[in-house]
Amino acid sequence: MSRAATAGQAGDNLLEVRGLSATYQATAVLKSVDIDVARGGITALLGANGAGKTTLLRAISHALVKTQGSIRFDGQPIEGLPSDAVARLGIAHVPDGRGTFTQLTVEENLLVGAITRPRGGEVRRDIERMYALFPRLADYRGKPAGLLSGGEQQMVAIARALMLRPRLLMLDEPSFGLAPLVVRQIFEVLGQINREGGLSILVVEQNARLALDLARHAYVLEAGRVAISGPAASLRSDPRVKKAYLGI
Amino acid sequence: MTEFAQQVAAGFVNGCIYAMLALALVMIYRATNHVNFAQGEMAMFSTYIAWSLLEAGLPYWAAALAAVAFGFVAGTLVERVALRPLHGAPLLSIVTVFVALMIIIQSAAGLVFGHESHSVASPFDGWGRWGQGLLSGHALGTVAVTLAVLASMSAFFRFTRLGLAMRAAALNPLSSSLSGVNVNRVLMIGWGVAGAIGAIAGLLAAPVVFLGPHMMGGIMIYGFAAAVVGGIDSPPGAILGGLALGIGENLLGAYVTGNELKLTIALAVMFAILVVRPRGLLGGKAIQRV
Repeated sequence: MSRAATAGQAGDNLLEVRGLSATYQATAVLKSVDIDVARGGITALLGANGAGKTTLLRAISHALVKTQGSIRFDGQPIEGLPSDAVARLGIAHVPDGRGTFTQLTVEENLLVGAITRPRGGEVRRDIERMYALFPRLADYRGKPAGLLSGGEQQMVAIARALMLRPRLLMLDEPSFGLAPLVVRQIFEVLGQINREGGLSILVVEQNARLALDLARHAYVLEAGRVAISGPAASLRSDPRVKKAYLGI
Repeated sequence: MTEFAQQVAAGFVNGCIYAMLALALVMIYRATNHVNFAQGEMAMFSTYIAWSLLEAGLPYWAAALAAVAFGFVAGTLVERVALRPLHGAPLLSIVTVFVALMIIIQSAAGLVFGHESHSVASPFDGWGRWGQGLLSGHALGTVAVTLAVLASMSAFFRFTRLGLAMRAAALNPLSSSLSGVNVNRVLMIGWGVAGAIGAIAGLLAAPVVFLGPHMMGGIMIYGFAAAVVGGIDSPPGAILGGLALGIGENLLGAYVTGNELKLTIALAVMFAILVVRPRGLLGGKAIQRV
């Protein structure tokens, strides 16, 4: 099945992807994918390594891949726009590997996140808000981000993305390589910013259990196509998902 | 002892010019991982622009400002027209373009302005002599301008948003894009700044070495050597390398090898560093992500 089960009318969806195909260095990685991210919702993207999850996020922010098909953000077509334009429209992408500026300080990393916003008090207040969300980072504000642990760098990466004041936050495997306690903290923060700020989230995860607990809607990609889609709750009890991704 | 002091002082002043050129090279290298072999010729052409305006009767500061502006614009054009289309091309192609630019600009200067040398008066001649006759007005002016350039560059990169964007784009272009930075535009501006710095170095060198199409050839060798010695990715290294080379070549030339071999010394130093410690005195190894 490659059609997404849309929850309601098109206006409810902040992001609509239709018929997206993508190639990375001449290999076809995505083959006609349809997904939606509901306004104010959390959508999870699951699948094995190589299924195309990272490529899908890269296609949306138009980084490193060539795409065909339609991508609409808040009704506006964005396919073909350069990645900095996509970011300025309000889509913040936390890439796989986090993309932290290891040689800049933690505070400079946050300032880079806000670089497209007008200078001033708002940015300063947001930086303090980030330190309130991730207290560990405040201790390192003047230190090079490369000195931080993996979990802390993940927090820096998320905070940097949030400094953009995005409408859609996309995360590529935020739990990768992190201790379970740290992962739980990070996912709690994600849930919190979604509840309090209404920020829409699209999260790619290998850790299906975690992702399905957080998300309301989920897709499973297999070999570049959407294999399963539906509300997170029903995917949790879907025997195919349980066997392949939840290890049950 | 006075001769020693004189050699050191003169070497320090020369070192300022080498340091500025090395700084421009380091800036481009950090942003693009490429060495701008045409840096000297661009500086020379900008200096010619100033000279033409001076000959036409403009006051020095207007001519100098125009030359620096020209250097900036020329730098942005080089990025936009000659280098951006080559993004992702093999290294050899890019180096070829740089060398071609070097030759083209030099020939163009000869064509447009002629091949004779011209003496150029220094704007600092009225400053008299300082430090018990150690430093001429021009020498002092050179040091003052170099300090001003270094201070403003440092402030620019540390305290302005554009400076932060440039540093970020050089460190991680993809992450910068994802945060909304237009990496191409930032790169172009960086090239403009390097071109402007080159113009300033050319303006400072012209009263000393006489203006001509080959004016910057020897100086650039010192500039490259300074960048290599200091570390091609280190701004403080560029300054250290420039000053060390300036003072060192003077002392070696005066007391050890004689003046004819000064350029050879610079080349020999560059060679030695590349063999023994390729990253230079202050250059860093890249931080590996764990």
